[in-house]
Amino acid sequence: MKDAAIVLDHVSKRFGPVQALDGLDLTVTAGTVYGLLGPNGAGKTTAVRVLTTLIRPDAGQARVLGLDVVSHAADVRSLIGLAGQYAAVDANLTGRENLRLMGRLAHLPRRAIAARAGELLERFELTDAADRPSRTYSGGMRRRLDLAAALVHRPPVLFLDEPTTGLDPHSRRELWAIIEELVAEGTTLLLTTQYLEEADRLAGRVAVIDDGRVIAEGTSAELKSRMATTVLALAFHDPGSAGKAAELVSPLATAPALVEGTDVEVAVDDGPQTLVEALRTLDRAGLVVASVALREPSLDDVFLTLTGHRAATATPGPDSPSSDHHRSEPALAGRKSR
Amino acid sequence: MTTATTPVPPTPLAGRQTPLTRLRWAVSDAAALTGRNLLAYVRLPQLVIFSTIQPIMFVLIFRYVFGGAIQVPNGSFVDYLMPGIFVQSVAFGAVGTGVGLAEDMGKGIIERFRSLPMARSSVLAGRTLADLVRNVFVVFLMVVVGFLVGFRVGTNALAFLAGVLLILAFGYALSWIFALVGLGASNAETAQAMAFPTLFPLVFASSAFVPVDTMPGWLQAFAANQPVSVTVDATRALMLGGPTTSAVLQSLAWTVGILVVFAPLAVRRYRRAA
Repeated sequence: MKDAAIVLDHVSKRFGPVQALDGLDLTVTAGTVYGLLGPNGAGKTTAVRVLTTLIRPDAGQARVLGLDVVSHAADVRSLIGLAGQYAAVDANLTGRENLRLMGRLAHLPRRAIAARAGELLERFELTDAADRPSRTYSGGMRRRLDLAAALVHRPPVLFLDEPTTGLDPHSRRELWAIIEELVAEGTTLLLTTQYLEEADRLAGRVAVIDDGRVIAEGTSAELKSRMATTVLALAFHDPGSAGKAAELVSPLATAPALVEGTDVEVAVDDGPQTLVEALRTLDRAGLVVASVALREPSLDDVFLTLTGHRAATATPGPDSPSSDHHRSEPALAGRKSR
Repeated sequence: MTTATTPVPPTPLAGRQTPLTRLRWAVSDAAALTGRNLLAYVRLPQLVIFSTIQPIMFVLIFRYVFGGAIQVPNGSFVDYLMPGIFVQSVAFGAVGTGVGLAEDMGKGIIERFRSLPMARSSVLAGRTLADLVRNVFVVFLMVVVGFLVGFRVGTNALAFLAGVLLILAFGYALSWIFALVGLGASNAETAQAMAFPTLFPLVFASSAFVPVDTMPGWLQAFAANQPVSVTVDATRALMLGGPTTSAVLQSLAWTVGILVVFAPLAVRRYRRAA
C-alpha cells in the first residue's frame, strides 16, 4: 500500500512458552496517529520492539516506510524515533548533553546538533533545567526529555510506548499537548497505551489488542459505538441476592453480567433508563440493593465487552521502574488462557 | 512556544553507507559513548573512588601490617608489592565495565541506542575505552601512592612506562571478560556479585602479594601460570630488573588470547541481548 507508513503483516513472536504476538496485522497510514490499546502483556511493547528493530519476528513481515525491519534494519533506524515506557535518558548527563549525545549518535551534522538541542529544550520547556543533570528532574520533565531525545533527528515515524504511564494527571496533559503539536506537523505516530482516554484523545484510529492479536480496530468513535456506553454497578448484602440479581438484569444489558461476591456489574446502553428498569425489576423480586451507581466504562469494561473476559490487570505493571520491561511483558501475557 | 527551525537534512539511510563511511561513523559513535561514560565518572566520582580506595588500603595493609612478615627474594617488600598492586587495581577496575553495562541495560538506555542508526560495536567499545581511560588515572594515582610509601624503580623510565602499558593492555582485555558477565547479569549488583568469584582466585592465588613458591605445591601449578601472576611477574621485571622477554611475551599472549576469545563473545551477546 502506497500510503502505509507502518505495516505489520501477520507478525508472530514467541518468548519461550509465551506467544507474545500471534499473527498481528496492522496498517498505519502516513501522517496519522494510531493507538495500540491493550492491557499489560497484550503484546503492545513486543509489537513496538519488532517495528523498531530491537527484536526479530518469528514469522510475518514488518515494514516501516516500505522497508523491511529485518532485511533493512539499519535503514529503518535512520527513519524512526522511539520513546519507551521508561525515560531512557542518562541521569548523569544534563538535559542538553543528553540531546547532544542523541544528535551525535543519530549522525546529525555536527554544526546542527547544538542548535537542534537548544530548540528542543525550549520547545519542551526544559531550558531552565537544561544544564542540570537529568537525575534532578521530576518524572514529567524526564519524560519530556525522553520524548525530545526521540525527536532530535526529526524522524518521520515515531513510536511512543506508553508515554504517560506512571505520570500524574497534570504531567500527562502536558505531554498530550506536546504530542498533539507533533502530529500537527505530519509525523506518523504509533502510540501504545493502557488508557482508553489517551487513545481517544490522541489517536485517529485505534486497535485493541489482546493475547498478541487485534480484537477490534477502527476510529475511536467506531469502537465506542461497539462498546457499552455506561456501566451499572450494584451491590447487595449477600452473594445469593447478587447471583439472583445478575440473572434478572442480564436481559437489560449488552453483555453478560459480572458477579464478584456481593457486587454485580452490567454494561448497558442507556444508563438512566436501564437503571430505573433494573431497580423496578429487583424490587418486584424482593431483592434489597445495598448500593447503586452508574459509571463510565473503563478499559476493563471494553475488554469484557470485546472479549468476554477480564483484562489481566492485577500486575506490577510498567509503573515500577525496577522491573525489566522486555522480560516482564511476556511473563504477564502468559497468565491468561483462552 | 516557538516552532522548530534548525534545518536538519533527512538522515541518509544507514544501510546505504560505504564501508569507509561506516567505519568513520563507528569511530565517531564509540568516541561519543566513551565521552558519555567518562562524564559519568566525573559526575559520580564515587565510581572512581571505589576503585582507588581499595588498592590504597591494600598498599597500606601490606606495606605496614603484613609486609614485615613476608620474605621476598630481593629484599625490599614495597618494591615487590607495588607491581602487584598496579595489576590488582586494573583487575578490580575491570568489574566496573560489567557493572556499567548491566546498569545501562536495566535503565533501558541501551534499548534506545539499539534503535538508533549507530554502529553496533560502539556501546561495548565506548564502555571498555572509557574504563581504559579510568585505569590510566587509577594506575597513575597508585604510582604516586607507591612512591609515597617508598617504592623505587630499579630499571629506567622507559622500562617503567612499558610496564604501565602492559598493565593497561591487560586491564583492557579483562574488561571484555566482565563485559560478557555484565551483559548476562540482570542488574548491576548481580554483575558485581558474579565477577568476584572469578576475580578473587586470580588476584590472590597469584604472585601479586607473596612469592608463589611459599604456596602448597598443588596451588603453585595454578598460581605460577595464571594471567595475573604472569603479568605481575612481567611488570616486576620491567620495573625492578631481571629477565623480561619471556614474561612480557607470556603476558601479551594472555592479553591477546583473552581479547580474541571474549570480545567476540561479548559482541555476540550484545547483539542477542534483546
